[in-house]
Formats: sequence, structure tokens, C-alpha cells
Amino acid sequence: MTNHLLRLSGLEPFTLTADIPFVNVGERTNVTGSARFRKLITNHDYPAALEVARSQVENGAQVIDINMDEGLIDSQAAMVEFLNLVAAEPDIARVPVMIDSSKWEVIEAGLKCVQGKPIVNSISLKEGEAAFIERASLCLAYGAAVVVMAFDETGQADTYERKIRICERAYKVLTEQVGFPPEDIIFDPNVFAVATGIEEHNNYGVDFIEATRWIRHNLPHAHVSGGVSNLSFSFRGNEPVREAMHAVFLYHAIQAGMDMGIVNAGQLAVYDQIEPDLREACEDVVLNRRPDATERMLEIAERFRGAAGKEEKARDLAWREWPVEKRLEHALVNGITEFIEADTEEARLAAERPLHVIEGPLMAGMNVVGDLFGAGKMFLPQVVKSARVMKQAVAVLLPYMEAEKDGAHESAGKILMATVKGDVHDIGKNIVGVVLACNNYEIIDLGVMVPAQKILDTARAEKVDIIGLSGLITPSLDEMVHVAAEMEREGFDIPLLIGGATTSKVHTAVKISPGYQRNQAVYVTDASRAVGVVSNLLNPEHKVAYIDQIRAEYRDVTERHERAELAKKRVPLADARANAFRADWSDYGVKAPEFTGIKVLDDWDLAEIARYIDWTPFFQTWELKGVYPRILDDEAQGEAARALFADAQEMLAKIVAEHWFHPRAVVGFWPANTVGDDIVLYTDEGRAHPMATLHTLRQQTAKREGRPNVALADFVAPEGTVPDWVGGFVVTTGPEENEIAARFERANDDYASIMVKALADRFAEALAELLHERVRKDYWGYASDETFSPDQLVGEPYRGIRPAPGYPAQPDHTEKLTLFRLLDAEATTGVTLTESMAMWPGSSVSGIYIGHPDAYYFGVAKVERDQVIDYATRKNMPVAEVERWLAPILNYAPRKENTAPDAA
Amino acid sequence: MLSLRLPRSKSFDALEKISRERIMILDGAMGTQIQQLGLSEDDFLGHAGCACHIHTDHPQKGNNDLLILTQPQAIEEIHFRYAMAGADIVETNTFSSTVIAQADYAMQDKVFELNRQGAALARAAMDRATALDGKPRFVAGAVGPTNRTASISPDVNNPGFRAITFDELRQAYGLQIRALIAGGADIILIETIFDTLNAKAAIFAASEAFSEHGAALPLMISGTITDASGRTLSGQTPTAFWYSVAHARPFTVGLNCALGAHAMRPHLAELASVADTRICAYPNAGLPNAFGQYDEGPEDTAAEIAGFARDGLVNVVGGCCGTTPDHIRAIAEAVAPFAPRKF
Repeated sequence: MTNHLLRLSGLEPFTLTADIPFVNVGERTNVTGSARFRKLITNHDYPAALEVARSQVENGAQVIDINMDEGLIDSQAAMVEFLNLVAAEPDIARVPVMIDSSKWEVIEAGLKCVQGKPIVNSISLKEGEAAFIERASLCLAYGAAVVVMAFDETGQADTYERKIRICERAYKVLTEQVGFPPEDIIFDPNVFAVATGIEEHNNYGVDFIEATRWIRHNLPHAHVSGGVSNLSFSFRGNEPVREAMHAVFLYHAIQAGMDMGIVNAGQLAVYDQIEPDLREACEDVVLNRRPDATERMLEIAERFRGAAGKEEKARDLAWREWPVEKRLEHALVNGITEFIEADTEEARLAAERPLHVIEGPLMAGMNVVGDLFGAGKMFLPQVVKSARVMKQAVAVLLPYMEAEKDGAHESAGKILMATVKGDVHDIGKNIVGVVLACNNYEIIDLGVMVPAQKILDTARAEKVDIIGLSGLITPSLDEMVHVAAEMEREGFDIPLLIGGATTSKVHTAVKISPGYQRNQAVYVTDASRAVGVVSNLLNPEHKVAYIDQIRAEYRDVTERHERAELAKKRVPLADARANAFRADWSDYGVKAPEFTGIKVLDDWDLAEIARYIDWTPFFQTWELKGVYPRILDDEAQGEAARALFADAQEMLAKIVAEHWFHPRAVVGFWPANTVGDDIVLYTDEGRAHPMATLHTLRQQTAKREGRPNVALADFVAPEGTVPDWVGGFVVTTGPEENEIAARFERANDDYASIMVKALADRFAEALAELLHERVRKDYWGYASDETFSPDQLVGEPYRGIRPAPGYPAQPDHTEKLTLFRLLDAEATTGVTLTESMAMWPGSSVSGIYIGHPDAYYFGVAKVERDQVIDYATRKNMPVAEVERWLAPILNYAPRKENTAPDAA
Repeated sequence: MLSLRLPRSKSFDALEKISRERIMILDGAMGTQIQQLGLSEDDFLGHAGCACHIHTDHPQKGNNDLLILTQPQAIEEIHFRYAMAGADIVETNTFSSTVIAQADYAMQDKVFELNRQGAALARAAMDRATALDGKPRFVAGAVGPTNRTASISPDVNNPGFRAITFDELRQAYGLQIRALIAGGADIILIETIFDTLNAKAAIFAASEAFSEHGAALPLMISGTITDASGRTLSGQTPTAFWYSVAHARPFTVGLNCALGAHAMRPHLAELASVADTRICAYPNAGLPNAFGQYDEGPEDTAAEIAGFARDGLVNVVGGCCGTTPDHIRAIAEAVAPFAPRKF
């Protein structure tokens, strides 16, 4: 890259390559050139002043000239203020700036505000070589290109000869003494007014053009620029003529090598389209082609005075035709404040309540911003810009929202934000604070390195609605866990937001959320999402559902994470056994069941069973996700759920009234004790003669301290301790469901066919629940005083469990064979086992009963080969066969059977 | 007076010579190594009764730079391990040793000592390593971004507001750089640049410090691309970033932190296509996992960086967050077969 091209930058790079004939430097943000801009700056109307800059860039200015040199303005303060504001406007800041002042202090103050590579306009030899060298050195140290005026100790160069001599001298000093890159030098050989009536001025145009030609030929890599509007100074007020003169002048100067100019980018006539008479007159004055050029020009100028100047290039305002929601979105995404107030007002008038505008179109727009940011299509300064547009929109709505609340000023909520102890990073936190503040939330920012106690004390004192924690470094994650635990301990009941570079949804779900159960810890991806999260958490109508949704999601994340983690670590079977669940059997003293052996129950009241139905899985069958009865009021699915439920109730009533089903059940109890990982069942209370063995599998996952590696056998008293019993059952709704379903199918009523099967399933499960209750209260009777109502049973609050073979606590389906044999189930209930150990009819449930109060449902999860070999030996089954039945839970790839040798 | 035409420092030529022959190796993360030491608040304060003990009411745990004064042997040992793993250049442990960053720990008055000692410690570790194998090694004085942004307002209601000014940064950096030079730094490394205006203040401060010193040290300048947009936090593209700092005529320009080698590559390639100086890349060991740890192993990082080398994108490589001496060893081996980038 040793080709000497002028390289500048704003947020984006600009390179003056050979295919760019001319760089437009926008001149409208120059108080000396624009009366309007001067007025805006004098009145401190910076928002409008920024709009001027924006329109310059929109109209194609590749650089914008900023000049605050005006006697009544504090030029230095205005330069700093304006440049800082421009830095916050990505669509302006994308182009480089030209810092334009005749005062060095103003230039230097400006240089300290721009991150890109700007152009300084200007320095010169006016105050001598020493000052020139010093300023040029500073420009280089600040990283700027420079415009050098053709000006020396004796004054401004007006003739061709003086122009080229001064430029030549400056070039030598810069390149030889300062070490300035020649490509970063831009000469301004002074554009002066022509056609003034003073004869000496007539050749100014020619002098400039010829000096330009000389510079480009003799001073390698240097550039030439000029303030074009000076040229037509004597035609002030006659815009058509001025534009024509500028166009003609540029046409010739560019051909001579002028490659940059301060022009009104929106107001340039096209050389070819200038009226021929006018163009010829312009050429006469610019090129000084005839002595009477000025007179002819004055004459012709009158003819054009007042003719409409070329209109400023119309901005693309097609989006203004869009519906108001799309307009709001467009304004948010593009950071356009110009129409936001009118659009917000329009949306407000159309909305039922002003709040709905925020929660509806504005939040939708911010979500688009969030998506674009996440996809890398927007960058941070643009997001902050969007937040500011949001703020203006909210400001429009605020008075109306306050009016709704009887005029009391209320913020949308009070949010405490802090970077946790040990961490000093706060940029992200500040951005979130800013975005939330823009949405009418009151922010209490405690800064960085904030100890937990201070966060909690302040939260309590200020009665905040939400606490937000931020952190960038890894140790901050632990500190956040600590803060959450302290919130729990001190009884806080407000949401906790977690954000920052190292934080994650998984960490929040797995480490932070479990320690804070009174309310909810919520991970916030980035600033663009903060408003959505906060507004949901503080909305009285939505917050319960929102928190439920987050909890479900975090449970899911946690489970997935734990599965993934556990999948990684296993312990040998011996170690797992050493870490078995150990109950205290000394005070177990479970009573003996009312009978041992089996009992068949086939006289069931369908209406009674129906009261035990858990409806949540019913809705899941129909792919409606939610908990009954809340699902009936769900915003999205409620209507469908209600209709479905009504149909189900209708069919249920018929099932009961017309006795569609004939449920059957068999239940049995046997004296039992554990031997190793197996439960041995005895023929009688002498416990001398085993009649069957229920084999169980043990968890082999690496457990945290204090968590056992459990097997079902652990819940039954070991041989030689105390007497214990185990029960077994099979229940079925009966084979009728298939027949009825088939009948509906034949009638092309698939809906009813699925419905009857779904209800039959529910009946089987309800019967199992009902039977279990009778077992606890009567048949075994260890909980005769139990008083749970049917709907309370859904949460399994009772003592004892009824695990089924083929489910997580005993994944081995072949254990059903033992159970069915013990219960003589095929004969007693009509339920049979298919070759894959599925029960037929499908609406059947089986399982064993365990009575220990500490027994719980668990998942065996993946097992190792050592246990499979041990289990196969105990079961007297070939290892390969066990591996086939347990294939989904093997934590290893089973060895291939000795396969027949290849035919080849 | 600011002079931009200074003689070059003595290590400048040595660095240039080596960098023409091969890809040079920078060290890896300091923070990860320090974290492994599991130091307590008391460890950060230094042993009671020892001259190095710090008296303060302000918690210091997490102020890693302070360990230069309170646990000097531990820091020297980490430098030494990186040197022996193959690093030609090690960074001083002075990322946050400016009055601005140390204000959060109320340790502003220690800043000069932190930097001078920080450079001296690294120098001692390099000399120890060089005594063993005769390989020349260099100390890069690390200059971090501070936790303030000179071109972004922290107050949304007032986008023109600045929490820090160019001159405040320039003075803070000036103090740091002078002390690093006093401690024997061979290079000044301005790194993890998320706001280019901060970096420009550091460059300006370096020019002033070099003018006083009477010689120009080689500068390494390293930006950080923070998110999926491929821009710095303050919104610049990699090319715009280079144009903004090219006036420093740095020994290297490059990227570090925030991204792993894989994600860094397109941005590095863009920089390499425009910059007429050496390119330096020291990415993180992948992206942090959900618990803030870096999972990418030495071989994985090394394989990605070898790709940079094979495609002629780099002259200096190393590691940022999550990298260890093992990563540096693997990286050094992986890039050894490849020639440095030509520019």
C-alpha cells in the first residue's frame, strides 16, 4: 500500500482513488457560508443543526466541513459540542469531517473529539515557518490530513505566481522538515470573487485553475481544494446564476486537477444542462475570455434572477406513505427523529390506550432493532440512536399516560443497576441504563464494584422494582450468584436482571435462578432486549405468564445442561453403590398390607375415575402446551383449548352415561426385602422362599456432594433389617376404546376417534391414580388418614411411589414380564404384552408400589458396561440382550456380536 | 516540543530484523494465569509486614495489575513461562495501570511504580529465559483502553456528554508510557482498542513521551472488534480503524480479544488487505462458554492461527483471554513453517 492515496475515515473509510474525480465537501454546516446554520448554532438548536449535516451526507457529501467561526459564538465550545453530537449520529459520523477554522485553538479542540481521520482546514505560513511546522506536527500527531492555504507572511496569494511559490515552499517544509505524508496535503490556492467590476479580479478564476494545474504536476501526491462559493460573491441573491458559475468553474478546475471542493452537495447544477447563453457568459467570466465579460454577465444574470434554483435533491420519503406501524419501525431502525412525534401521535389516536403504542408498534420496532443488532446488521451507536428515537416517542405518550393516572407523574418503574463487586466494567451497563431511561424507567445507577449489601440496601431504601446486575469478567458470575442468594435470604421479591459479556442464559438458569426462587432472575441478551424484558416483568397483566414462561425455559435449559454435563461423567458401579441412597430403617415400621397375593377389581364407577383425570397431558396430546386450567385463559391458545375442552366434556359425559368403557385392575402385595440392587419377593412372611426378583438399575452419573446414586432397590428395606412389602398393579380402560375409535373412523370422524383414544388414555392414568390412593389408604393402608382431593394428587404430594418398568426409574421394559407373571395380568385384566413389551390395549398402566416416605421418582440416565454385565448376570440374561433392551441408556457403544464372516 | 522525526530505539532494528525472517510470537493471557493462582484479598494486598504491603480500605481483589507490587515473583514466573513456551515478546501486566483505571481501586498514586516495576519484572523474566537459550526477547509495555470512552456518551439524554476527554486520556497514558519506558519496555503496545479516540490519545501521548526520551520505541496497535457487526464498539470498520491510527506508523497493527481466531479472521483479512505495516493477531481461545471459561484447546487455537500464517495474513501472533503457555507453545510450533506476511 505504498500508493500515495489520500485516506480519511469516519466510522467508515474513505479513499480518494483515481476513479473519484472530485470530492464533495459539504459546506452547509459552516456558519460563515450558511446563514441558516449560523442561526441554528447561535440559538443552540443542535438537533436542527444535525439535520443539516445529515442532509449533506444524504445528498452525497463525502466529507462535511464544520466551521463555527462567528464573532457571537464561542467557536471552540460550539465546535466541540457539535463534533461530539455528530459522533453520536452514525449516519453522519460515517463520513470524515473537515475541521474548519481560522483559529488554531478551535481546530485543536476539534481534533480531540474525532476518532476518525479528519481534514484540518486550514494551516498556512501566515504566521511564519515555526508556527506552521508546529501546527503541522500536531496535525500529524492527531492523525489528520491538512488543507494548506496559499498564504504567507506577506499575505494571501492572489496571482498565479504567488500561489505556486507559496504552495511549493509549504510542500517542501511539510515533507522535508515535518515528515508529513504528501498525500495528506491539500492545497487551497484561494478562490476569489470574479466579475466584481474591479479589473484586477478578472483573472482570479484563471489564476486558480492554472495554479491547480501546476500544483498537480509539480508537487507529487498533493491535492487541490477550494471554497467555490467565494467565486460568485458578487451575485449574492441570484442563486441560479451562482450555481451556473460554480458548475462552470468546477468543470474547468476539475479538468486542471482540482480534486476536492467545499460545495453545497444538494445544489450543484450540471454543466451540460445550464442554459447555453448563461453558460457562455459564465465561461467568459471564469476564464476571463473577453474584456466585457462582467457587463454581459450582469445583463444576463438579471434574466435568470428569481428563476427557481435547482431544488434540493428530494430525499427518499416513500416510507412516509407506509402505515403508521411501519413508519414507526422505520424511524426506530434508521434513527430518524424528524417525524416521530407526529407518527406517535397518530398511533396514539388509533390506539385504545397510549401504553398500547409502546407495547405494540414501538416495542415491535425495537425488536427489529434487536434482531438486526444480533445479526450484525446494526452496530452499537445505531442502537443507541434508536433508543433515543424511542425516548422521543415515549415523551409524546407520557402526558397521556399520566393523565390516565390522574396526572400523577409516575415513571414506568424504578430500576437499580450495578456492576458487581470486583468488576469495573460498566459500558454495557450504562448502555442498558440509557435505553431503559429512554423508555421512561427511572434508573438508579450505583456504578462499578458495588458490594451485594449496598445493592440490597439501596434497593430496599429506594423501593426499586427491578435490580439489574452487570459484569464482564468471569469472577463476576460468582458474585452475581452471591447477590441472588442474598436477595433470597433477605426476602426480596423483585425480578433480577443479569447481563454483561460473560453472563449467559445457561449460567443464569443453572447457577443464579435456583438460588433466587422468590421472584425470578432473568438473563438479558443485550441492551436492545432490555426494554422488552422489563416491560413484561412489570406489566401486572403479563408478568405471571412471562415468569412462568421463563421458569419453564430455564428448567429446560437446566435439564439440558445437566444432561449434557452428566453425560460426560460416570462413576464405576462399585463407587455408585458406595454412594447409594441410605434410608434410616430403624424407624420405618411400615405396616403390613391388608392382604398378600393378588386382588382383581373390575367394578369401577366411571364418574369417580373421571374426577381423577389430570387434564394437562390431555392438552399436550393435542399439542396445546400449557398447564390446565390456566391454558383455558391463555391469550394465544385459550380459544382452541376451551373449544377442545368443551368437546371432551361432552364425550366424557356420554362415556360415563353410556358405560363405553369397562375398566379392570389387578393389584398385589408380597413380602419383600432388598438384596444388593435387587428386590426379592417372598412366598410368605417367613421370608425364606423367594418367589420372584425385581431387578433395578442404579444411577452412575457423577453426583454433587450429598446426592446419592440411587436405585429403586434403595427404597425397600434391605434383607435382615425390618420387614417390608412391595406391591404391583396393572390397570386398563379396557379394549372397548379400539372398537369405538374404529367406529368413528369408519364414519370419517377422525376427530372423535382421536378424542376417544385420548380420553381412554386419561381414564387409564386416572384409574392408576385412584387405585394408588386406595392402596395408600386401604389395601396397604400405610396412609389411612390421607385427605388429598383428586386435583391435589396431580402434584404427587403423597407418600410412596408407583414406578413403571420402561420409565426413567427402571428403564428395562422386560421387568414387565415379572410383574405380569406375579399378577397373572393377562388373565385378570386382559392386558397383554407385545414382543416389544408394549401393553395392549394401549390405555393401560402398570407399575410397582413402594411405600417408603423418602422414595422419589428419578431417572437412571446412562449406565456403563460394568453395570450392564452385572445386571445381565443377576437377571440371567445374555449381555447382548440386555444391551439391546437398554440401548437408549447405554453410555458406551456396545461391542458387535460375533457376526457371520463376510460372504466374500 | 513534539518531535516526530526521532532516532529509533535500539531494539527497533532487532525487532525489524527478526520480523523479516519469521513470524514472531507474542505471549498469552495474563488474567487466566492469575485466576489459576486463586489469590485472596490478602494476597492482593501483599504480605503483612512486608515492604510491599498495601494499606487501603478499598477492596483490591481483581486488581490484577497490583500484583506487580504485591506478588512480583508470581508475575515474573508467568512471564517466564510464556517466554519458555516460545514467546519473543511478552506483555507487561499493566493493562489497567493508568490513573483512570486505577481510580476504581483508589490506587492512582501507585501508577508510576506499577508501570516501571511491571516493565522491570517482565525484563527480568526475559533475561532469565534468554540466559537459558540465548534467544533475544522483548518486553511490550501494555497500554489498555481504560474503562471510559472518549467518543461515546454514557448518558443517553445527553449524547454530547463525555465522561473522559482526550487530554485526560493523553495525560494518563503519558504517565503510564513514561514509566514503562523507565522500567525498560522495548515496545509500547496499545491494545484492546474499542474506541479509536482513546487509542489516538495514547498514540499522541506516546509521541510526546518518545520526544522526551529522545528515541521512538516501536508501537504495536491492536483494535477489538466487539460484535457481529464487524465494528469496534465505537462503530468503526477495520479499515476506518487503520486509517485513523496509521499516522502512528506502528511496528504492527492488528486485532485482539473479544473474538476467537475463527471469528476474527474476516476482520483480520480486511486489515491485512489495507495496512502497509506488519499485522499482529492475538485472539481469545475461542468464545467463552456459558460459565465464562474458554474451552478452545491449544491445538484448536493453533490450527486456526496456522491458517492465518499459511495465508500470509500475519507477522506477529499470540493469544488473548483464555490462552495459556500451552496455547503459545502450540501456536509457535504451528506457525513456524510459514513465512511472515509481506507488505
